[in-house]
Amino acid sequence: MQTLSLDTSQRWAVRDYGEIPYGDAYALQKEHLAQVIRGGKETLLLCEHPPVLTLGRLSCEENILIPFRERLNRKIKVFSVDRGGDVTLHCPGQLVAYPILDLRKRSLDLRAYLRELEQVILDFLKGFDILSHRVDGRTGVWIRDRKVASIGIGVKKWVAFHGLAVNLDPDLELFRMIRPCGMDITMTSVAREIGKEVNCQKAKMSFEKLFRKRFFVGD
Amino acid sequence: MKRIVVPHLGEGIEEATVAFWHVNPGDRVKEDDDIVELVTDKATFHVPAGMSGLVQEIRVPKGQDVKIGETLALIEEND
Repeated sequence: MQTLSLDTSQRWAVRDYGEIPYGDAYALQKEHLAQVIRGGKETLLLCEHPPVLTLGRLSCEENILIPFRERLNRKIKVFSVDRGGDVTLHCPGQLVAYPILDLRKRSLDLRAYLRELEQVILDFLKGFDILSHRVDGRTGVWIRDRKVASIGIGVKKWVAFHGLAVNLDPDLELFRMIRPCGMDITMTSVAREIGKEVNCQKAKMSFEKLFRKRFFVGD
Repeated sequence: MKRIVVPHLGEGIEEATVAFWHVNPGDRVKEDDDIVELVTDKATFHVPAGMSGLVQEIRVPKGQDVKIGETLALIEEND
């Protein structure tokens, strides 16, 4: 497992786990969550996952479109987890961020935090000269009528976990396995929109910078 | 008997949906144990027991909408 600590400030840490199975990342989130609840350092976990499907609370399994046998053959696991939102696909080529943040320190409630995460993504995409936007009532980030980033969070003792996935350059065909977020929507990626490859490492650094600017003013 | 109610979740949020019960009637809980998760928008909020005791009653089934302040469960507090 690749672990790169990008920041060692007193108040927070960034940990880049590279490509890591979803189950391992979930366990790490829970460890960091427990630490932050106890007053430990807030952490931004960055990673990618091998193809995996996750179901938020109140998801409909019918939104998994891939037949059971084919899913087994392709060794694609499904995790039911304690986040909001319906079914989501994770795969290589996504920027996945799990911020473990104390919302009370920032006077953020649930909706305000979701809007803040969207704003980080909107600013991040601006760096690629992509004009993206929110859609009322549909949390996430969109480019015209296509979705480029998904968000789903959990909050325990006002500390947030789970987070967001931005499609940098994933195989978009994989999204045929699901009805994303339980809706008939088309997914897109940064690479598709700009018509060229994306340097994922550089993109991660740019995201981390914007994230820090929004949530750690003064650091 | 203490009531576990839907907490204030934020400005403009008047209701949520009961998404997952971590306990059943008859279960013993500690103060920090999650007893239920509520969902609003794309967020899941974990509601802790807030006291040690015995879960007496679950008032709202999974999937039902609840308003802020509504009773979710009753817990008999340990002496």
